[in-house]
Amino acid sequence: MYETQYHRASSVQDAVSRMEAAGEGKYVSGGMTLIPTMKQRLAAPSDLIDLRHIAEMQGITVSGRSVRIGAATTHYDVASAAALKAVCPAICSLASHIGDPHVRHMGTIGGSIANNDPAADYPAAMLALGATIVTNKREIAADDFFTGLFETALEDSEIVTAISFEAPAKAAYQKFANPASRYAMTGVFVARRDNGDVRVAVTGAGANGVFRHGDMEAALVANWSPDALSNVSVDASELLSDIHADAAYRANLVKVMAKRAVAAA
Amino acid sequence: MGVEGIGARVARKEDKRFLTGKGRYTDDMSVPGMKYAVFVRSPHAHAKILKVDASAAKDMPGVIDVLDGKQILADGIGNLICGWMIHSKDGSPMKMGAWRPLAHETVRYVGDAVAIVVADSVAEARDAAEAVVVDYQELPVVIDASKALEAGQPQLHPEAPNNLIFDWQIGDESETDKAIATAAHVTEVTIHNNRLSPNPMEPRAALGIYDAGDDHYTCYTTSQNPHVARLVMSAFYNVAPENKLRVIAPDVGGGFGSKIYIYPEEIVCLWASKRTGVPVKWTSDRTEAFLTDAHGRDHVSTVKMAFDANNRIIGLKVDTIANLGAYMSLFSSAVPTYLYATLLSGQYDIPAIHANVRTVYTNTAPVDAYRGAGRPEATYLLERTMETAARELGVSPAELRRVNFIRSFPHQTPVIMNYDAGDYEASLNAAMQAADWNGFAARKAEADRRGMKRGIGMSCYIEACGIAPSAAVGSLGAGVGLWESAEVRVNAVGTIEVLTGSHSHGQGHETTFAQLVADRFGVPIDSVNIVHGDTDKVQMGMGTYGSRSGAVGMSAVVKALDKVEAKAKKIAAHLMEADESDIVIENGELKVAGTDKAVPWFQMALAAYTAHNLPAGMEPGLKEGAFYDPANFTFPAGCYICEVEVDPDTGRTKIVQFVAADDFGNIINPMIVEGQVHGGIAQGIGQALLEGVHYDPSGQLLTASYMDYAMPRADDLPSFQVSTSNTPCPNNPLGIKGCGEAGAIGSPPALINAITDAIGNNALTMPATPQKVWAAAHAAK
Ligand SMILES: Cc1cc2nc3c(=O)[nH]c(=O)nc-3n(C[C@H](O)[C@H](O)[C@H](O)COP(=O)(O)OP(=O)(O)OC[C@H]3O[C@@H](n4cnc5c(N)ncnc54)[C@H](O)[C@@H]3O)c2cc1C
Repeated sequence: MYETQYHRASSVQDAVSRMEAAGEGKYVSGGMTLIPTMKQRLAAPSDLIDLRHIAEMQGITVSGRSVRIGAATTHYDVASAAALKAVCPAICSLASHIGDPHVRHMGTIGGSIANNDPAADYPAAMLALGATIVTNKREIAADDFFTGLFETALEDSEIVTAISFEAPAKAAYQKFANPASRYAMTGVFVARRDNGDVRVAVTGAGANGVFRHGDMEAALVANWSPDALSNVSVDASELLSDIHADAAYRANLVKVMAKRAVAAA
Repeated sequence: MGVEGIGARVARKEDKRFLTGKGRYTDDMSVPGMKYAVFVRSPHAHAKILKVDASAAKDMPGVIDVLDGKQILADGIGNLICGWMIHSKDGSPMKMGAWRPLAHETVRYVGDAVAIVVADSVAEARDAAEAVVVDYQELPVVIDASKALEAGQPQLHPEAPNNLIFDWQIGDESETDKAIATAAHVTEVTIHNNRLSPNPMEPRAALGIYDAGDDHYTCYTTSQNPHVARLVMSAFYNVAPENKLRVIAPDVGGGFGSKIYIYPEEIVCLWASKRTGVPVKWTSDRTEAFLTDAHGRDHVSTVKMAFDANNRIIGLKVDTIANLGAYMSLFSSAVPTYLYATLLSGQYDIPAIHANVRTVYTNTAPVDAYRGAGRPEATYLLERTMETAARELGVSPAELRRVNFIRSFPHQTPVIMNYDAGDYEASLNAAMQAADWNGFAARKAEADRRGMKRGIGMSCYIEACGIAPSAAVGSLGAGVGLWESAEVRVNAVGTIEVLTGSHSHGQGHETTFAQLVADRFGVPIDSVNIVHGDTDKVQMGMGTYGSRSGAVGMSAVVKALDKVEAKAKKIAAHLMEADESDIVIENGELKVAGTDKAVPWFQMALAAYTAHNLPAGMEPGLKEGAFYDPANFTFPAGCYICEVEVDPDTGRTKIVQFVAADDFGNIINPMIVEGQVHGGIAQGIGQALLEGVHYDPSGQLLTASYMDYAMPRADDLPSFQVSTSNTPCPNNPLGIKGCGEAGAIGSPPALINAITDAIGNNALTMPATPQKVWAAAHAAK
């Protein structure tokens, strides 16, 4: 790791001013992605501005079916929030399967979506839940937020402060973990609203990161059942190939995980 | 046996320190004035070094010096060597290319060391290492061993045309060909044994300390055999004469073979300490470990197994290509030859065997022994072939094995080994019963109803361990003898130190070796200390690998205990005015049999040291040493059964049961033996299901971290059902065979046989990842 200056920001405004004053600053939340990258000397921020102690970025509020999760909320807190589990157990279950206990007690939802790792779990939830990403500057629809591998709509020094969504009628996430990293080799989040709208979001498989699968959504709108997906084809040409799984296998997993998610929802 | 004697489940003495963070590993060592080293490593798999420019790096903050390959060459430090000579079938010696501790002309794999930076801190050393400018001229690369043998491929070493190190054979080719020609059935398979990264929990480290006052060197290092390290560094690498070099291997956090060898880093740290005048410590990070620890396995073999009309094996022919990587590591030549092809008879009575082995240079990390070393490769090949043959012949896999078992001992195989004892049917029966083999069909039908494919597979392994009779291995090319040494020192107050040439890096010697003493003298194991791992304290010894600490290391202790016991009895007899032959040792006392006369152990010891009243002519003191050279290898064997369920939609394999029935000979501590078996099976399952080193075609290591290299975790494994049915080894005093490697040797074929049974397709390679199993399952339809 190269030398860096640590700051503990007390408010969102404080964090932004420290960032703007820094040479090559970086926000840090759980540090579960950023710190290993720094240890490997692949990132060398002059300043680290810690967002975890900002009160307005903490906590989970549920009113009716409206959910707001502060960006600095850890995976563990999401996994174990009773009020959230009552309206959207799928996101709690997703959070409970991220990494290991250490990671879940440190990593945050804001850090995860800001990082937009193509194998991360939360981005699939955000897309399928039609979530809104709240920043210090604006509100961004999840559909517009995830723009590519490790790429988001965030501008320099912009901070994710919270995410919000309306809990769907039914939802589930099914993850097929990479045998080595245990990140998603393919993960599918499905959500169905009372009005019949369906969203299907796929992570871990897309060559350009998380994506929605329109054909599956249409098939499930017509018939909300695993069998409805049997005849939907998944185009392998847009999927990742690596030493663990080639695109054809991932295409299979997308379908299998989607069916299982529908069955579990 | 007593509560702490032979056969008792004594909790490990050393665990207190390990579990409370009080272990002392090489990286924990600090000496005054110590500085830190970082190596500059090649980012290319094959390149000429045009220039190394360290001028900017030397000016960086905290930097003591930057040293390169030309300097170490000029100082006369020798090449790294392979210590086991193999001759090709044409009689020519193996073709060993030069391995410099720091490359100065050519780099041959990603991670090859080029320079060392010594600085006040690791961070400063790393900064400076990034500032060392090396001009490389890239050369073409070859990764795959079969391809490296083809014409027109990149050449790694001028000494080895076509990258061929040796072309070796064993057995009778014409007899084997004749058997195949006359066979009622011939099973033919191609077997891949995947390349593995050893992954000990503690990465390698070295601390080199040069004392200019005495012209003396001390090396703390992560070694399984500190005396061998000292011998090799003195005799071959010209670091320092043995009396000027102390090697200490303190607590070592796992080795699995990878810490047998002498690597460039410890030599360079010692040399750099002299050059810079400061102690120099290097600790590998995990990425360096993936890049530079000697890998294991990496074989491709074609196999022909010939059967007569009664399903008796009449011949076995094997052709193997073994990838040894960019350089020949210390025992690399022995692994795919005498540790491999000599086990190709397995548990079976096979009249004719022929194996041909070609070893090959490629632009990959060096390959050497890894838990099992050659024997897992032989077992995997044989047991997959047996399973395949059973399916082709339409007989049950158990029956095919049964009709071919060796049943009388000693048994001379056609490939050197002379098996001394065993009862293979006993292990097979025990395993089948424990696994409820007969109930499998019902379990499979039930799984079918849930949409899961259930399969069962077995593996009957044999290994040769207790390595090894010195004269025998000498005649086969070993550069060293493989005896072991011990010294037993009884202190004046009766406490006991055992100095052993074995080295514990997870095996629990501090407990099991002490149990031998407790058993013999009836003293508590807390009064016994095991001293190992320091060439200044312990007499020359050969270290720990090849499941040799029990069969060979403990045998040396037994010999020394015999001598101590004889002298102790003489002293006691003298003190009690009794006849020496009437003295028995029980519960810490030396008694005159049949009387109530007794001398406590400590009193006898005190008498030995006060020397006021010893038998006439007896030397004072009570300390005896012994060297033990085994008469033969030992032959642990067993039967493993694995049952799996495969999810046909995802290809994911779940191991639903794993049974191990082993014959380890006599057992000193069943709990530790079970631990060894559990760990070995976990490693074998890792190889079969999860692990695999991948290089891309340019020689970049794709599996250089745990993000991509899959190690087995608790939830990948079932609860193992382990048991033993033992036939004592007739060739050593304790009747021990050894248990350190069996789990890793026996388990991979059992698992793969189970998966191929489940999916109905035999075309599957390790690791059986979900992707491969899914593809194979679908191809079978
Ligand atoms: C061993 C291990 C296993 C893991 N397994 C999984 C897994 O199975 N699934 C999974 O999804 N993830 C996994 N992760 C990643 C984990 O979920 C991380 O917590 C997450 O990716 C990043 O969150 P963080 O809070 O740690 O962010 P940090 O590492 O602190 O930051 C990540 C990036 O986001 C930026 N950032 C952080 N917070 C904000 C914010 N509020 N606004 C704007 N930018 C911000 C940082 O500047 C940085 O660039 C794993 C990580 C580890 C170490």
